Amino acid sequence: MSQATLSAAARARTARPADRTRGSAARISSRGLITLFLLVFVAFFLVPILWLLLAATKSPSNLVSGHAFSIGSWHDLRTNWNHLMRFQDGAVKTWMKNSVIYAVGSLIITLLVSVPAGYAMAKMDFHGRRLLLITTLVVMLMPSAALVLPTFLELNYAHLINTPLSVILPFSFFPFGVYLTYIYFSTAVSADLLAAAKLDGCGDFKAFFYVGLPLATPIIALVAFFSFVGNWNNFFLPYVMLPGSGQYPMQVGLTQMLASTPTFNPVVGADAEVQPPELILATLLSVAPVLIIFLFSQRFLVSGLTAGGTKE
Amino acid sequence: MQAARSQSSPARSRSRTGSWRPASGHVFVSGYVVLLALFGLVPALYSLYLAFTDASGKFSGVKNFTRSAKDYRFIPAVQHVAVYLVLWLVTLTIFVVLLALVVHRLTSRRTKAVLRFVYYVPGALAGASSVLLWLFVLDPAVSPVSKLLRWTGNDNFAQVIVPNHLPAVFTIIAFWTGAGGWIVVLYGALNTIPTELMEAARVDGANAVQTALRIQLPMLRKWIAYMLILSLAAGTQLFVEPQLVSQASFGIVGNDYSVNQLAYQYAFSQNDFNGSAAISIDLLIVALICAGFFVARGRLFETD
Repeated sequence: MSQATLSAAARARTARPADRTRGSAARISSRGLITLFLLVFVAFFLVPILWLLLAATKSPSNLVSGHAFSIGSWHDLRTNWNHLMRFQDGAVKTWMKNSVIYAVGSLIITLLVSVPAGYAMAKMDFHGRRLLLITTLVVMLMPSAALVLPTFLELNYAHLINTPLSVILPFSFFPFGVYLTYIYFSTAVSADLLAAAKLDGCGDFKAFFYVGLPLATPIIALVAFFSFVGNWNNFFLPYVMLPGSGQYPMQVGLTQMLASTPTFNPVVGADAEVQPPELILATLLSVAPVLIIFLFSQRFLVSGLTAGGTKE
Repeated sequence: MQAARSQSSPARSRSRTGSWRPASGHVFVSGYVVLLALFGLVPALYSLYLAFTDASGKFSGVKNFTRSAKDYRFIPAVQHVAVYLVLWLVTLTIFVVLLALVVHRLTSRRTKAVLRFVYYVPGALAGASSVLLWLFVLDPAVSPVSKLLRWTGNDNFAQVIVPNHLPAVFTIIAFWTGAGGWIVVLYGALNTIPTELMEAARVDGANAVQTALRIQLPMLRKWIAYMLILSLAAGTQLFVEPQLVSQASFGIVGNDYSVNQLAYQYAFSQNDFNGSAAISIDLLIVALICAGFFVARGRLFETD
């Protein structure tokens, strides 16, 4: 889900209970069609994920000859896992570790930078505020890929290519996060509350630390979620910034594994380094953290996305 | 706040005093402004500089633009992306609108929530992971839908990913990862239609289809336009999908299928940063027009 999609979601208003419509007898036949339509899409969205989970438990030969939706064996899953961990002397562990470092490192910087910025844009008056807001909107609506090659040229000039900073710093720039905190503080923290704090002798900084920050927990969680998911899944930027395999995040590592898989690269030959089920397991591993986060935040994702955000 | 100051134009910033006085707000936004400058504005400006100069740094006018546009790979790449975009945007609009409307009409709240989540889950897989998954799903040898693939005349993986099929393949991948999010958004927008209005339509004898056409769709128009513009901007940047497919295609698909891939080839295979910057600027302009259009015209983002 793109940042832009989410920004739209963040703007949509709180859900009202939809009106209930009663199906009359004439609608029964169209009901069957509607159910079929919905189920076709359920299958479309879910079947690939289910298949991926099952395929990781199969041996290479079972993957080809067995039934697509049969379950493999515990033994085959372990064999796949062991082979995967041995790939290029444990490259997968390194890549996963890099992914964590990049995603978490930039997440921390993003939060440190965007919470105060969003707060100030919502609750303080300073020169250039409106300009900053408009710039933020424009950059937020642009696909992040648009600036990848230009950013490479810039960081190349600064001799930062192939360092963790070349990924963490661009990842930390997250205008959508600033926009979300701005929207949140505009509505969640009332002017009266801040005025009261000022009367009690709080300066701007104290008011932020004692009034703004304690109220910011939900928005910190939301920005953290979007930032982590976006950075974890980002392929293009690290692909361009990090030529060395030792620095790859998992997303880029997957492409190296793809190049060593005989199904997709006949040049590799029979004693290939990677068998298809191992590549499938690697794909599963690469999405596991995000998938787990998704499942845990299910309620907040489908309802919370559409809650709040507009000022009537 | 040197950075903020350099971006300001007095005409644009309405303020109470009209002169630039430091305020504590500037301290709060300083970190963000530095990042915005370093990773938003500077790369764009540096690209511009590179695009209008030659390898030795001399001003070269629009030479880089004409040279890269005349490249025999440029027009095909633009065509590839254009075909994909048409197919993707049409598919996206039709099915996202239909699914949002149909799910919204269901009576059981639980079913609605479950369906919205199921449609949204693939969003967890993006980038290389989703492309890899689909490479497998589209390989008749292992695919869970191999019957369907063979029935449509694709007996092996090489037949599936012939260049003619790619717009459809990329559309499927993009729809699979991205549609759910938009369904959630449009669903939320449908919820903002006043219940009284829907009631009134029903009292007047409008059926589901008429209500959808006369009330819901006009109300959704703004959101659909928003979805299309943003998907268009993102779609022009097509990179990871063709890059991985070309890697897995035994040379059937070149590594210059999309415009962004061509920009990448210029920079990394030909060491031609000026030409690469020119192509990047081409793409950046498209993205900026899309974004600017929304900030200027859209009433979605009322800033103050």
